[in-house]
Amino acid sequence: MAEANVAVKTLDKKELLRLYHEMALVRRLEEEAAHLYQQGKIGGFLHLYIGQEAVASGLLSVRRPEDHVLTAYRDHGVAIACGIEVKYVIAELLGKATGVSKGKGGSMHLADVRLNYWGGYAIVGSHLPLAAGIALADKYKGEPGVTICMFGDGATNIGYFHEALNLSMVWDLPVLWLCENNQYGMGTAVERASAVEEIRQKAEGYGMPNSRINGMDVLEVRGAAEEALGYVRENGTPYFLEVVTYRFQGHSIGDPERYRDKEEVDRWREADPIKIFRKHLIDTGAFSVDDLSIEEERVDQEVAEAVEFAEASPDPPPEALYENIYADS
Amino acid sequence: MAEITLIEGLRQGMDEELERDERVFIVGEDVGQRGGVFRATEGLYEKYGEDRIIDSPLAEDSIVGIGIGTALYGMRPICEIQFADFIYPAFNQIVSEAARMCYRSAGEWTVPMVIRVPYGGGIGGGLYHSQSVEAFFAHVPGLKVVVPSTPYDAKGLIKSSVRDPGPVIFLEPKRGYRLIRGEVPEDEEVLVPIGPARISRTGTDLSVFAYGMMHHYCLEAAERVAQEGINAEVIDLRTLKPVDRQTILASVAKTGRALIVHEDNLTGGYGAEIAAILAEEAFGDLDAPVRRLAGPDVPAMPYSHPFESWFMPDADRIAKAILELAAF
Ligand SMILES: Cc1ncc(C[n+]2csc(CCOP(=O)(O)OP(=O)(O)O)c2C)c(N)n1
Ligand SMILES: [Mg+2]
Repeated sequence: MAEANVAVKTLDKKELLRLYHEMALVRRLEEEAAHLYQQGKIGGFLHLYIGQEAVASGLLSVRRPEDHVLTAYRDHGVAIACGIEVKYVIAELLGKATGVSKGKGGSMHLADVRLNYWGGYAIVGSHLPLAAGIALADKYKGEPGVTICMFGDGATNIGYFHEALNLSMVWDLPVLWLCENNQYGMGTAVERASAVEEIRQKAEGYGMPNSRINGMDVLEVRGAAEEALGYVRENGTPYFLEVVTYRFQGHSIGDPERYRDKEEVDRWREADPIKIFRKHLIDTGAFSVDDLSIEEERVDQEVAEAVEFAEASPDPPPEALYENIYADS
Repeated sequence: MAEITLIEGLRQGMDEELERDERVFIVGEDVGQRGGVFRATEGLYEKYGEDRIIDSPLAEDSIVGIGIGTALYGMRPICEIQFADFIYPAFNQIVSEAARMCYRSAGEWTVPMVIRVPYGGGIGGGLYHSQSVEAFFAHVPGLKVVVPSTPYDAKGLIKSSVRDPGPVIFLEPKRGYRLIRGEVPEDEEVLVPIGPARISRTGTDLSVFAYGMMHHYCLEAAERVAQEGINAEVIDLRTLKPVDRQTILASVAKTGRALIVHEDNLTGGYGAEIAAILAEEAFGDLDAPVRRLAGPDVPAMPYSHPFESWFMPDADRIAKAILELAAF
């Protein structure tokens, strides 16, 4: 990791502030989403990213525009870090015609292929073979992109995961497999569902180079991601990065959370990635408390305006139900 | 008699079968400590322990495969798939293994298992949490397919399904879990046989066939059209495979008209089978073409609330279809 740390040290202030802004924005978005859900304006299932912000922001701060990104249904933070504007995310959560998927997808399936963000997937593990396919297409066409495929710890227990990892090695595919190990798959702790507690050990089984890092420190994530992406880019072969993190909220809104105790959650809250980064920025003298407060106000403003935009947006029209069933020929 | 919800009926049924027969166990994602994603198994882990209420890794294919293995070797598994939309990884196990075992062994091996599957829309679940899957499984000989729509039937049918010697796909209308309430006796055993449909409203002008949540909307619609002088008979099919031809044919012999309602999409949907039965066996009784009211032929139920309501048939649309058919 030595090289990565050097890279981090040379991060300019602008990039540090952008990272802070993005993480704070994701946090604020999620708080607002929870609020809108409680008001009955968001329906169905809502999986919040609170606690995991450093993973998407750290990782995607070093992706190149040609790199493809896929993730699971806990996708708001990833969507923002891929560049989707927050107003289009909130509009989608409200099921409006102006949402990223025009109200068809909702929370779990945000996507914008123009940003090379190939979306969130709600069938756990189902997107891993797709990611391998996108990587195969890159390789076939001789294009330089790396496919970044994010998924949870729970997803590593389903067959799709194993099939996709294996063939990505056999076929030398340029994929970064990134496991967000937040230590639970719904209500099941990793050690109750996975034969190995360190998920990266599963990559060992396929002879895939791998590492396991702390996901509560955005700079550590960024450094490790830079190194891992560099490896995939250089060799054209997969790498497996396990990022240890924690979700501060329930699996989805309404989760009674009987499977973990409050002390555990409180302990992890001490490692809040945004607080840690904030402290780092202040302690190193990069920014003052006032600088960051201004940024936080900007974030509040941005989310407030996004909610306004979303609420004022129209519902989808009835004919949209029947659109895009088949590709136009 | 106590009034309980559909999900309580289910839970009571499973509880009684666990109590009655030690070979019965439950396996699925989060069925134990968490009490199930919809809390259908709440309290059972505490009562029966982790050896009988088994939390599995996220692996539908194996949940069903393990169910089949244990069933072959004398156990009585109840496998839970969290949402119907997640059943496809297990499709191979269900169709290739569970459904064929009895046939391939000339009756020597049987697979007495239940696969519980919450299905259907109306909860804002969107594209991957709303699907109806009955047509896929009703197509497969060797499987039985059951859909309760009341707390009484949920309890009585889950118990019969656990006792059935073969594989049963048990579809639960999840929108109705807590919405549908009904009386269930406390002091007698509730058992509802797999097979017979139930006439839930007798009528003379036309027959409406439905199951699950749609059955309730059909009853509601029937009450509405009654005010306009149309007397509809409503039949809750309850078991889709094997289907109760006798009750279906007897009803149409009486009314001469048939409307079939389901929320799964129209083409190749389960309603086509009922329509075919009527075309083949009730031609002489029909005074009007058989009608189907179903979800639209779009790939999945989209998320936005207006989309969802356009997708799902409701009492208004059913009442309209009844009036049109009655006027034919
Ligand atoms: C194939 C499939 N099975 C089950 C589910 C239900 N489900 C949704 S999320 C989840 C847990 C996934 O855990 P993990 O991969 O660790 O992701 P996290 O929620 O922790 O981000 C389950 C069981 C699903 N969506 N798809
Ligand atoms: Mg997890």
